[in-house]
Amino acid sequence: MTPDLTSDLNPGPTPDLAVDVDHVTRRFGDVVALDDVSLAVGPGELVGLLGPNGAGKSTLLSLVSGQRRPDAGRVRLLGGDPRDARSRTRLGITPQETGLPATLRVREVVDFVGGHFADPVPTGELLEQLGLTDLARRQTGALSGGQKRRLAVALALVGRPRVVLLDEPTTGLDVGARQALWDAVRAYHASGGTVLLTSHYLEEVQALAERVVVIDRGVVRADDALDAVLRRVSLRRVVLTAPDDLSAWPGVVRSETVTTPAGTARQTLFTPDADALVRDLVVAGVPFGDLEIRGASLEEAFAEMVAPTVPRPGQPSVTGATR
Amino acid sequence: MTTATVSPLRLTWLHLRFQFLETVRVPIAVLGNLLFPALAMFFFVVPQEAVAGDPVTATTAVAGLSLFAVCSASLFTYGLGVAEDRQLPFDPFLRSLPAGPGPRMAARVGNGAIFALFGVVPLVLIGWLFTAASVTPLQLLAGVGTILLVSVPFVLLGMAVGYSLSAKAALPVVQVVLFPLAFAGGLFLPPQLFPSWLDGVSLATPTRAGRDLLVEALTGAPASAVAWPVLLGWTALVAALAVLAYRRDEGRRFR
Repeated sequence: MTPDLTSDLNPGPTPDLAVDVDHVTRRFGDVVALDDVSLAVGPGELVGLLGPNGAGKSTLLSLVSGQRRPDAGRVRLLGGDPRDARSRTRLGITPQETGLPATLRVREVVDFVGGHFADPVPTGELLEQLGLTDLARRQTGALSGGQKRRLAVALALVGRPRVVLLDEPTTGLDVGARQALWDAVRAYHASGGTVLLTSHYLEEVQALAERVVVIDRGVVRADDALDAVLRRVSLRRVVLTAPDDLSAWPGVVRSETVTTPAGTARQTLFTPDADALVRDLVVAGVPFGDLEIRGASLEEAFAEMVAPTVPRPGQPSVTGATR
Repeated sequence: MTTATVSPLRLTWLHLRFQFLETVRVPIAVLGNLLFPALAMFFFVVPQEAVAGDPVTATTAVAGLSLFAVCSASLFTYGLGVAEDRQLPFDPFLRSLPAGPGPRMAARVGNGAIFALFGVVPLVLIGWLFTAASVTPLQLLAGVGTILLVSVPFVLLGMAVGYSLSAKAALPVVQVVLFPLAFAGGLFLPPQLFPSWLDGVSLATPTRAGRDLLVEALTGAPASAVAWPVLLGWTALVAALAVLAYRRDEGRRFR
């Protein structure tokens, strides 16, 4: 980057950082979407931004991409102000899948977005890379969900970016489509690119990220290596039908009970160690049936990790209203 | 590694091409714009012998309705179109691309001009075939140039509305702005019929200034001395409003 001395008189930006969010606060009316958030991402990092819906993830990305300005604090993108178009020449972001202009063809949308960059990836090459070549002449309104996601990622990569922001890149995709997209993200990262990705799927972050930042209700709750955060949030969900109430069983941190139409109680038990819990139940001779064990979704893990705090004053029950 | 942005001229051309493409893929939007002024012409001008039979009056009537078509296309396309676009999730994406607001706004203005001219074509044809309206080729060319120039403040006004309001609010606002301006500006009835107080108001409107300049270009009847200052003043004012509205707008308002 060429530092622009005429317009940048702010002291102290760290030009080495890809993304530098410094004590940023952003409100929407009475709702504090981000509350004194700091985040520094170095070049070549792949950072997963985790949090339940309404946590402030998308707001943070919109600040980094220059779509919004912070109420307080400072945001830097590759050393520049992201609200300045020149700072965004090395930035790639995905549009939301629902937002593609429905009447334009796949090739046209890629040409159009690529036209904003001095040295775009040739459209044919990019479509080939993401398996969209056969769809080049299709109007985007006629694409399937997975195809739209692939196009969205193509649009993020067309300008040969150094920083890519991916907002929920694979939400709602089937396994194959998700795997294909993950491969594309890994390939980009392997070529030296910086990725900041949001998700509320633990699995996705586990598959991609090296470093994880956990955000909830506008506050950074954790910023650590993937393993360290996983240990904090990876609850397992044990679902079974049993006559006895097992919610107070040792190792169960939280439970839900649904009574089925047949009159049996279907219990969901959240626990850090599902194997131990099941072993204990069997050894103790507790009657149960229809056993299922699943990884808790991140959102469920969060209910355990962050919810027991008191609601902030003046904001009784609208914590999810910022999306 | 370069941080150079693409030149604004190339970006404007890019946005112009794709905005045009997006609009013509929904043909009914284009047709609606052609039909209303053409029907008004058939109902209110062609049947009146006193108007349709006199070359100057007929030409003036065509000029008034043409300007109305242009104002209407500009205000609706931009007031409503921009407000609708802002509600699409693709809009915040576009604003994250390395381009300032300039190319997109310039392309919208250009696109407005193109579709406004589409609306004028049937009026000119009807005027030529069914009334005594007549112009020399040179006058016609001057008229087209003038009408494009005059449309600029209306495109900007539309954008100011579009970037300030939601689509639901933009529709009534555009209607409330358009019809009084068109009437007071003498686009439906010639201002010679106005009482003097209304004529005074009329002279201060951008529609009247635009109409007078257009009529001057087409028939040689001199425009009032204030026409240019009024038009330029309005253009500067609404340009400032449009830029302000764009800057204030940060996508949809969150509550």
